[in-house]
Amino acid sequence: MRKSTLFFLTLGILAALAAAAGTHAAYQREQGHAALQERADMVKRLDLTDLCLFTEARYTRHPTQADLHSPFQDHPMSMEHFPSGSLLAPRKSIGGR
Amino acid sequence: MGTWFQRQRNIIDFTLSSLIRRKGKNLSLLLVYTLLVFLLASVMFFTHALRKEASLVLQGAPEMVVQRMAAGRHELVPGRYLNALGGIRGVSTARGRLWGYYYDAVTSANYTLLVPGEDNPAPGYISIGEGISRSRLAAKGDLMSFRRYDGEPMVLTVQEVLSPDSELVSSDLILISGQDFRKLFGMAAGMFTDIVLTVRNAKEVATVAGKVQKLLPDTRPIMKSEILRTYDTIFDWRSGLIVVILSSAVLAFIIFAWDKASGLSAEERKEIGILKAVGWETSDVLLMKFWEGAAVSLTSFLAGTLLAYVHVFFTSVVLFEPVLKGWSTLYPSFKLVPFISPYQVATLFFLTVVPYTVATIVPSWRAATIDPDSVMRS
Repeated sequence: MRKSTLFFLTLGILAALAAAAGTHAAYQREQGHAALQERADMVKRLDLTDLCLFTEARYTRHPTQADLHSPFQDHPMSMEHFPSGSLLAPRKSIGGR
Repeated sequence: MGTWFQRQRNIIDFTLSSLIRRKGKNLSLLLVYTLLVFLLASVMFFTHALRKEASLVLQGAPEMVVQRMAAGRHELVPGRYLNALGGIRGVSTARGRLWGYYYDAVTSANYTLLVPGEDNPAPGYISIGEGISRSRLAAKGDLMSFRRYDGEPMVLTVQEVLSPDSELVSSDLILISGQDFRKLFGMAAGMFTDIVLTVRNAKEVATVAGKVQKLLPDTRPIMKSEILRTYDTIFDWRSGLIVVILSSAVLAFIIFAWDKASGLSAEERKEIGILKAVGWETSDVLLMKFWEGAAVSLTSFLAGTLLAYVHVFFTSVVLFEPVLKGWSTLYPSFKLVPFISPYQVATLFFLTVVPYTVATIVPSWRAATIDPDSVMRS
């Protein structure tokens, strides 16, 4: 087999897999709609304000509710105790204070 | 058309043979390049899917939360604030929220305890999130023991385990009755953690927030738009670890491209000289180099992006897990909905494939325009 044929075949397979991933993503979005709606309903029903991503510190469990003097609230390179604190971006000023 | 295609195929055949001659170098290049794209694409897919999920799920968040601040920290809100806030024109309802954190010494985990506004569990009963159920091995009907503020034990019955599908918002959640909440934390009647306001006209939320601050200067209103904005920027490229990953990946890529652009190896220059001497045009040499760059970068881009997709949406970012878990012992197990931004994929493509291909062509163009004799001698 010519090398160029092999090259185009490889690219073709990779492109087909990329298309399959795109189809999978669309299918999963369709399938995940009910679960997403369930989460949205729970947020509305319970008046929740945050996603449960990190449970190790108050200011990373509820970043939107954290007080303004918590670590990592001012700039990205401030010393941080918890690993999750260094994953989050500094919060935009809230409430104009 | 046929001749043109045949010509391209011949050049690709030659280019691939040339790449295979230096297979050690080129294979490692392909591997590192794929790894680089994989890392960048993983971060992009994960953060975008999470931000998108947050923007959809948190649409139902309260329109405004009002906290009381004392000495720069949260303070409990007295009930009279409710009446004051309820009287602001434009506010339709004001409800005191009861919520807080409980540290469980058994599992070394922090739980979020919340009293729902409606459908409160009966006193003595709780509903728990799937994460708590997993870490405490607790199921419906089991008893869970808590330590009250005064050190006395408090036993509550699990009436429900919240749906695993809601884990992204409820993994560490315990829904409890107001009565039990106050008993557990020793919170006086008439005091609340914060206040939730409903505003009649969504356009007036900012005006109402201003009125709240004017009326009660020791409060801090947090609007829904600010909650959504926080999650929009939360995994921003500027955030701590992400900026470290991105900058090291970008630096590695610059070193790559620089190595290519700064010049060709003696062997490569000799090859170009020989090709020119046997009658190749400068355009043929450039075409060969274009295919060389395209073969490496396109293969790496497609393979890296596909691997990242599998990593993020099939394995729930297993490689980033230790960092995401941090020191927490209770970590939500969730599968992200694959929201992919075509804009991000296009950006990744233009930031990796295009510069690499250009960086491969430029030094070759310089070598190809010099006299073949002097190229071979040098």
